[in-house]
This record gives sequence, C-alpha cells and structure tokens, in this order.
Amino acid sequence: MNYIPSPWAIVIFISFVVAVLLISYHFARKTKSASGYFAAGGNIHWSVNGIAFAGDYLSAASFLGICGMIAVSGYDGFLYSIGYLAGWIVALFIVAEPMKRMGKYTFTDALDFKFNSKGIQLVAAISTLLVSLFYLIPQMVGAGSLVTPLLGLPHWAGVVMVGTIVIIIVATAGMTSTTYVQFLKGGLLIIFSMTLVFMVFSRGISTTPDQGGDLEYHKLLSINVVNSTEGAVEIEDKSYKVVEELDGSGSVRFIKMSKGQEETIWRLNEEQGVLEETLVVSELADGTVLYNGGQKEEDKFFQIGHMSEIDGKTDTETATLNVFSFIETIKNGTVIRWSTQVIADNNTKHTIYYQNPTPGKEILSPGLKFKVDSEKGAKTTDKLDFISLMLALFLGTAALPHILIRYYTVPSPACARKSTIVAIAAIGFFYCLTLYLGLGAMVSGVIDMTNNNMSAPLLAKSFGVTIFAVISAIAFATVLGTVSGLIVAASGAVAHDLMDRFLGMNMTDKKKVFAGKMAAVVVGIIAMILGILFKGMNVSFLVGWAFAVAASANLPAIIMILFWKKTTSQGVISSILVGLTSALGLILLSQETFNNVYHLINVTAPVPINNPAIISVPLSFITLVVVSLYTQNRKKPINEPIMSEV
Amino acid sequence: MHEPSKEWKKDDASSIKELLGLWLFLLYCLVYIGFITINVVSPKFMAIDVGSFNVAITYGLGLIVLAMVLAFAYNHVSTHAEELLNNNQGRDGETE
Repeated sequence: MNYIPSPWAIVIFISFVVAVLLISYHFARKTKSASGYFAAGGNIHWSVNGIAFAGDYLSAASFLGICGMIAVSGYDGFLYSIGYLAGWIVALFIVAEPMKRMGKYTFTDALDFKFNSKGIQLVAAISTLLVSLFYLIPQMVGAGSLVTPLLGLPHWAGVVMVGTIVIIIVATAGMTSTTYVQFLKGGLLIIFSMTLVFMVFSRGISTTPDQGGDLEYHKLLSINVVNSTEGAVEIEDKSYKVVEELDGSGSVRFIKMSKGQEETIWRLNEEQGVLEETLVVSELADGTVLYNGGQKEEDKFFQIGHMSEIDGKTDTETATLNVFSFIETIKNGTVIRWSTQVIADNNTKHTIYYQNPTPGKEILSPGLKFKVDSEKGAKTTDKLDFISLMLALFLGTAALPHILIRYYTVPSPACARKSTIVAIAAIGFFYCLTLYLGLGAMVSGVIDMTNNNMSAPLLAKSFGVTIFAVISAIAFATVLGTVSGLIVAASGAVAHDLMDRFLGMNMTDKKKVFAGKMAAVVVGIIAMILGILFKGMNVSFLVGWAFAVAASANLPAIIMILFWKKTTSQGVISSILVGLTSALGLILLSQETFNNVYHLINVTAPVPINNPAIISVPLSFITLVVVSLYTQNRKKPINEPIMSEV
Repeated sequence: MHEPSKEWKKDDASSIKELLGLWLFLLYCLVYIGFITINVVSPKFMAIDVGSFNVAITYGLGLIVLAMVLAFAYNHVSTHAEELLNNNQGRDGETE
C-alpha cells in the first residue's frame, strides 16, 4: 500500500522524539560515574524499574511482531505472547535476587562472581555482545517498518534515524535516561494499547470493513470459469483475455490475464469454478518493483483482512463486542486469510498473495504457522521446531543481557524481586491485549501483506490519524528504548568486562564511561547496518532467534553456577562457547535463513528445524557438566553452590 | 575477585525464598509443559469449545494469569519472611 504521511502524525512523532532527547539531556548532566552510566547509580525505585522492565521487554517484537503474526496466522502468533511471559517465571523465581547480589554492572560480573576468570570475562562479554546484536536486528527492522507509513520515509531512513537518536541517548546519559525513557514508553504503550482494544470492541466486526468510513471496502473480484483443463482456461467475462498459466505454482494454479494494456494474476479456484483476485508484488529484472502491476504511488495494492461470514451471514456487521463475544464471533465465522506463493516468470519474480478462507475455529487454534497436527501433514521435525521455539522463549528471557543489567539499577535484591513482579503484571496484561489487537487487525481490513509488522499501527490508523500517530510514536519510542537498553548492555560488555577487567586496563571512572560511550557508537552503527540488511522479516520471528542464542549461551551457566557446586570456570567457559556457536550455527544453516536471509528459493537447508534451542540448550548444559567434572581437581574450591550463599 | 556494587546484610529469609521459588517454578514448568504437550500430541483438543473461548485460548490466557498469580503469591510470602526473619537487623537493603 502507498503510505501518505500526515502533518499531524509528524508533529506528534517529533514531539515524542524531542521529549525523549530532553530526558536524556536532563540526566546526562547528573551522570558522571561509571555506576551512574552503567547501572543508574543503583537508585531507581522498584516500581519505576518494573515498568521500565516492561518497557525494555515490550519491544518491537511484542507490539509489532506479535500483533502482525496474529493478524496473519491467528493463534500461533499468540504463542509468542505466552512464551515471552512464561520466561519471566524463570527470571523471578530463579535469577532475580541472586543476580542482584552477585553482579555490579553486567551479566559477566555475576557469572564471574566466584571465579575471577579471564576466560569467563572474555566469553561472557562476547556472548553479551552477540546476543545484544541479535536482539538489535529485529528492533531496527521494526524501526524501519514504522517510519514508512508515519513519515513517508524509506526503510533505511528509519533504521538510520533510530540508530542516531539512540546513540545520542546512550552516549549522553546511559542507563538513567534509558530507564526513564523505558518507564514512560512502557506505561504509555500499555495504556494506549488498551484504548485501541476498547475501540476495536466498540466498532464491532463487519464483513465489509471500511475503516470507520474512512476507506471504502475493496470488494474482491471474481470471474466465472466456463472450462478449465490442464493448460487451458476459458472464462465468462470476455473483457479479459487469458494470457497463460504460470508455471511452478504447485497445487495452487495461477492464471495471468490481460485487460487492455494491464496484466494481472488470478488464482484458479477449481472447486468453485472461479478466478479470484490476488495481490501481487512483481520484481522485474531491472530492479523495478510493481504492486498489482502499478507503481506504489498508484495505490493499487489494497489493504486486506476481513470475515467473509459472521454467524452464517455473508453481508452483516455486529454491534459492540466484549472480550468474550469478540472471540466467539470470530470462532463461529470464516476469515479470509491470505497465503503467499513466490513464482518465477521469465525474468520477473512474482510474490502472490491469494485468498484462503479459514474457519474461525482454525484461526483460534494452533497450526496455521507452526505445523503441529500430524493429520495435516506435520512431520516430527515440525513438532520439534515448535517445542524448540517454546523452550527458547521460556529460557531466553532470564538470559537476555539488557534484562539482566536492569537488576543493577535498583538498590537491593528485594527491590529486584519487586520490580520483576511489577514487570510480570504489566507485561502479562499487555500480552492479553495482543490477542485482541492482532485479531482486530485480522478482521478490520487493515493488513499490508508486504509488511505484517505494521498491522497494529494500521489498525490504529483505521480509527483516525491521531491515535495512529500516538501509537506509532509510542511504537517508535518502544524501539528507541529497547535499542538503548541493548546498547548500554553491549557497551558495558566492551568497556567494563573486556577493557577494564579482561584486559586489566584499570581505567578511571571517567575513562570507563568514555569507553562505554565510544562502544555505544560502534555497536549502534553495526546495528543500523544489520537492520537494513534484514528488512522484511517478521520481527517476532527474529527475536525468537535472539532468545534461542541467549538461552543456549547464557542460561546454562547462570543456572549451574547457582545450583551445582561442582561447576568450574572451564565448564562455564565451554558451556557459553558451545551454546553460542551451536545456536548460531544451527540458525545460519536453517531453512528459514536460507529462504529469507540468503534468498535461496527451492534449496533445502541442511538443518531441518528453524529454532535451535532444543539442540543447543541441552548441548550447552551437557558441555558444562562434562567439562566441570573433567576439571574438578583444577578448580578453585567452592564448598557450596552459590545459591545458598546469596 | 571482584565484589558486587553494594554489600548486603545477611538475608535469613533466603533459604525460604529459594525453596518457595523452586517449587513455584516447578509448578509453572509442569503447566507450561502440559500446554506444549497438548499442542504437539493432540492439537484437536485445543479446538474444543470452553464457553466463548476454546481450550487453546483459555489455556494460553490461563498461563499468563497463572504467572501473575504465582508472582504475587511469591512476593507476598517473601516480603513477610524478610520482615519476620530479618527483623533484628533491619530489612534486606530496602530503601523504598
């Protein structure tokens, strides 16, 4: 779809960014010490820190990615919400208080608490850097997705803008400003998401959604087929001419047709004897991209997503709904989802989106994205992939560096626990809202198939430009805040773990802060480059990978140091290295990476699963145990597991 | 060997909190594993109606609500344990 920026949206957006920068400027004047820069001086109130946790955690993946995935894949997107929240149970019950007691500024401090090992300092810092970078990619992709509809700028401009603003925030005031930006954004995100859900309920659901009268419903065209045999299709409407049937479309047949000078692609629905309108993005050999045969500005690529049947009626709308009746209406109806197929036609690559009417019961059950039902062709590897993802989400949260460092911004272990509980309440509530936001987008005719990350902001746009501008600005602040937290974590790994401790540079407080700021600039620039390279992937899917890497590299070491007294520094180092390399290796050789990152179509990847956690997490645990047992006589004595000491 | 940023008074409630945390964690793990198992073994069960919802949505929202309930329960018990057991030496670094 063509995005036309609104002046009002730009004003609200710029006000947000200016407010964020003013907060940074305010706290920059107070931040002189390393403790102030990396851990906000350890003086943040637990309630503020709790909401800031929510701000950190409810990143682009949660707001943009999950809502987008629910909008196109129904319940399977909500599985991310469930898994993301479950991860906080590990953080609260196992990690929160000990982490606070053991650490000073960084996750490496906590791991190295008893060992004082150069090896741990090095590998834990590298792990922090890599996990942070992996998590930064989806945030940057989300930023790029947002600025296009909001400001009418290209994807790369959004990425560069976020990168630049964040570098300013982090390089000026570090963790204090990051915390308050997160607090503000976390609170606003929850309040406005709730508002949006109420607006969805109040509008109800229609079989012809017209965005509150703002945008006329696009009635989907169909042409009756008189005769269709292999390779020959005859149609009733003679104003169209059948050009050819496209090759390589598998079980679904696509027919190229012409009307005057215009060529279009239709899907042959043999069951109903009709040709159905599709959405097509065509990449020509010269690099030109056409949307439904026209330039983007021609606005031929319409928004989609509606119910074709509500309570057995095909032309109807409901009254105001509530949390129960909204779900029930979808459950008892049929939703037109859109499936995707890529076809090469001479030198042109067509990405075709075609209608796929899906019963509401299927929308609200697992299986549309993740294959889990053997009767529908799910293989063992598909099921393992699903288990792997849920494992990564469960174990990843408590191993994310930017979450772990937030335990050092509060005054005490009890405050660390309390802030985690505030976070669970706020985040849990938000995740309940994602189900309604995603399904709301699915049936409101707002989805842009080229960018499902935009489903929630576009849902807001269907209620008017003001709420759209506010929601988009908050979403943008979401990205800013999370990226800031990640960059603080990464800069702490470089300045505190690597330079000060590993290399033994014994820097003064002032120099350490300077090194942290320089590291923030470099990491920020790398993140911008990656954000541009990974354009177009679902941000929640990318975050699933970041969780898998974090869970594999960091969590086994954290858990075993706390609960197993035979853990040695060599065991910790090996576990981090094996977890990190196995998770990254499996991701780089997975089918999803082959298709979406390397753009290799019809090439089978060597690794049959897309999420590595089910292999890499146990491997990391086993490595730690084996190496620790093997190096028992060389370890420094630890009489009790650390958990009972702290 | 480096030290953490602040020195804490000895926390006499830590063993109770540790034990409670572990049990609640195991309880949640069981419920979470049950959710994944049903999804993989019997996805059709997830589609069974439960009032306006179905099993999938009820179980999913239930997992979110259970996390909140366990978190509040854990904090309630932990705070009381700290007040009771650390009474002689002041609370565990509280500065709210």
